Amino acid sequence: MNILSAFVVVPLAMLLMLFVCRRTSQIRAIMVAGASALVALAAVLAALFVQQRAVSPDEMLFVSDLVWYKSLNIHYTVGVDGISVLMLALSAIIVFTGVFSSWHMPREYFMWYCLLAIGVFGFFISIDLFTMFLFYEVALIPMYLLIGVWGTGRKEYSAMKLTLMLMAGSAFLLVGILGIYFTSGATSMSMLELAKQHIPMLHQYWIFPATFLGFGVLGALFPFHTWSPDGHASAPTAVSMLHAGVLMKLGGYGCFRVAIGLMPEAAHELSWIFLILTGISVVYGALSAVVQTDLKYINAYSSVSHCGLVLFAILMLNRTAMTGAVLQMLSHGLMTALFFALIGLIYGRTHTRDIREMGGLMKVMPFAAVCYVIAGLASLGLPFLSGFVAEMTVFVGAFQHTDTFHRVLTIVATCSIVITAVYILRTVGKILYGPVQDEHHLHLSDAAWYERISAVGLIIFIAMLGMFPYGVSELISQSLEPIIARLM
Amino acid sequence: MSFFSDFLLLRQEISLMAVFLVLFMYDILSSGRGKAYFHLVACALFGLHTALGFLPAESGSAFGGMYVTSPLTALMKNILSIGTFVVLMQASRWLRVSGKQGEFYVIILSTLLGMNFMVSAGSFMLLYIGIEMASLPMACLAAFDKYKEKSAEAGVKYILLAALSSGIMLFGLSFLYGATGSMYFANMQSLIDAAPIAVLGFVLFFVGLAFKISVVPFHLWTADVYEGAPTSVTAYLSVVSKGAAVFALVFTLWQVFGAISEVWHHLLWGLSLVTIVLGNLFAIGQKDIKRFFAFSSISQAGFILLGVMGGTEQGMTATVYFVLVYLFSNLAAFGVISAVENESGRTDIAAYNGLFRSNPKLTFVMTLAVFSLAGIPPFAGFFSKFFIFAAAAEQGEYLLVFLALINTVISLFYYLLVIRAMFINPAEESAVGKIRSGGYIRLSLALCTAGILLVGLLSGIYEYVGGISFGI
Repeated sequence: MNILSAFVVVPLAMLLMLFVCRRTSQIRAIMVAGASALVALAAVLAALFVQQRAVSPDEMLFVSDLVWYKSLNIHYTVGVDGISVLMLALSAIIVFTGVFSSWHMPREYFMWYCLLAIGVFGFFISIDLFTMFLFYEVALIPMYLLIGVWGTGRKEYSAMKLTLMLMAGSAFLLVGILGIYFTSGATSMSMLELAKQHIPMLHQYWIFPATFLGFGVLGALFPFHTWSPDGHASAPTAVSMLHAGVLMKLGGYGCFRVAIGLMPEAAHELSWIFLILTGISVVYGALSAVVQTDLKYINAYSSVSHCGLVLFAILMLNRTAMTGAVLQMLSHGLMTALFFALIGLIYGRTHTRDIREMGGLMKVMPFAAVCYVIAGLASLGLPFLSGFVAEMTVFVGAFQHTDTFHRVLTIVATCSIVITAVYILRTVGKILYGPVQDEHHLHLSDAAWYERISAVGLIIFIAMLGMFPYGVSELISQSLEPIIARLM
Repeated sequence: MSFFSDFLLLRQEISLMAVFLVLFMYDILSSGRGKAYFHLVACALFGLHTALGFLPAESGSAFGGMYVTSPLTALMKNILSIGTFVVLMQASRWLRVSGKQGEFYVIILSTLLGMNFMVSAGSFMLLYIGIEMASLPMACLAAFDKYKEKSAEAGVKYILLAALSSGIMLFGLSFLYGATGSMYFANMQSLIDAAPIAVLGFVLFFVGLAFKISVVPFHLWTADVYEGAPTSVTAYLSVVSKGAAVFALVFTLWQVFGAISEVWHHLLWGLSLVTIVLGNLFAIGQKDIKRFFAFSSISQAGFILLGVMGGTEQGMTATVYFVLVYLFSNLAAFGVISAVENESGRTDIAAYNGLFRSNPKLTFVMTLAVFSLAGIPPFAGFFSKFFIFAAAAEQGEYLLVFLALINTVISLFYYLLVIRAMFINPAEESAVGKIRSGGYIRLSLALCTAGILLVGLLSGIYEYVGGISFGI
């Protein structure tokens, strides 16, 4: 079997095993073993990929092709380039840490969690548009139940809003995919094949916006981002982690690979519309985070801002900015997951997420508080942590455009760095330092061992990405080659 | 010799007839103790008939072109038989309680026989006879619980509107006969043109079939009849009866009205959209689960028209495949509805609150069914919807596909309301307890679950349908 298919088979096997097992210890064993296997797989894949890359000039490696629906040219085609390998690694890390952050959850929760994982991994390995779309939708539906059943607050409303908005996005996407297939005259839905075809300009003018919008909804593109704050705020911890950490990246990845990768001409012509929207996302998201008082809402809006930056960078259509976009996806994925893990931890103990009701937690739970500070610093772009590398690359890339339009937008987007500092420092100062607000908080315990695993694991990767970005950015930049060539 | 070989072409109808007669005699001749085995014998015989239908079929026509058969018609009849088989199994407990098994089988099998003739008709005469044969006993079925006011009302509503619609259809057929001088599909094909008289005839004929498929604006009977009729009959109406009418529509459109596809293309464009939208909008507010599925089935009918619209080979494949998948999904849902109704006598959606905690297995089946109907992967419904959309997109109907897709989002909203009731809403005081469903229902649900899970993932079924379909 192809190593890539294993990424789908492992969560599937976990799901099937959960059907039979009932005891808590068994469930935890399955989840930990499966998630570790996924991380190991990702590591092996990365090593093999670097090895293969050196000798093979192909765009995608480990390609395997299985004819599925012959008469419609639907294949199950998998393959990876450097970017997908990194995305798979990110997903594996977050699925792994997510398991530890949802330690006390029941069996059914983990079943949906596995289904979500199948969707996410399947999406990143697919290069056939049909398969890709299929996995994309597989990833969306478990969210409804995960949030609706195990969430908090206005969970039913949020779950419904999130599901419907994302499905509406996928409606745009499906029309776009059918358009791509039928207008290009290709004989398969594989992206490698489609990239060689030319889609008539007339059709590109509607397919590009449709696909970009379709994926953009998941990437929290303004004004279609409203599902994200509500969804994240209501979701249980690990689901927030997975959703902000990985699922929103599906949006960015899809925009980049499908919308821009297959329709480069339209991307050049129409990028300005979406650049304005993403510019708004970046600044508006950050500003909204400043006025929020709920910890999860602060992070959700911060995600809108950061994911907006991903789309913003992709639309700059040059190598440096796109490299930055992928770095930003990784960095944001890791640090948001860390944020949500910690917020879940704090909320589980204080039973409030309102920052006005908390204070002085540094004395009470030093481990969690230090981790929170690290996450905050990564988020506001401190050098040696991942955020700095990513944002730096993005803005350098964006500044390579010399015309006024791009310059102005870049300057506006850069403001978000300052605003980010405002809301991060405000939150950290309010909840971690100062006097303890509620005397009940004095007796709270610090992070348990499984929560520590989750936090430490994420911090290691954030620091590694921040200190040794060269290998990663080289890998990305190499993989961008074919797309850049098409864009020129 | 040719006389016998003509009859051999009819083997599906003949075996159905044999089952029908055996059960009829059994019901009349058996006494109290013998009746205990009636259901088992009926299901076994009918299962045998269904299995026999899968023997390789040959193409041919009998009785001077009146009756036509091909691997495709055999497949369609098999689909109808599978649906009926599942319905029979789901009806077991309700029938045992009501104690009128014999009539039910005799009536339901005679409607099925009519539907088989609808599918195999090579002439409007046989088609019309088939339709009448399917709809008159259907009214008896709808009124089967005749002491319940709603059931009796459903029967009356159905028979009145069915009579009206078949009157309109006959009127249309007379125009068509006037225009072409023939009732045989093979002859009419070349004679039909866009002359007003033929178009008028076509429109009236279409209205008659649209009534059966419950296409808006001919859907008004649907919700009331679905709600009033016994649940198993509702299931039968929503799947088998609708499926047969769709098949008949596809055959006549392709074989007879191919030359005026311009005319019906526009007609179906509008009707499919209106059907999907109205079905969806009305489904949202429903409190009764049978009414809810009535409107959901109307909106599904709109999707079917989307596949029919193009008149291509791909469209026919997608339509037949869609009906097959719809059959499994809808019958799975109705199986759960029967189980809950048998236990508690309730059909309101509130009865499903907290079902997950009391009956996880039934909830699992219902979840699969609802997700499949909503078109969520990896369930079969996703594939069937995708193929329908692909068939329409192949014709360049991107706008329509997009509008239909937006409607799938609306439909997801109300399907999720059912999911929400089962998983999220807290159970009431009077909630349904642990249901011990009988072996028959379990078997039927297992069959449907397998269908929902496998039909999409195994591409062979679609390829087989594709291999025997044809375009205009």
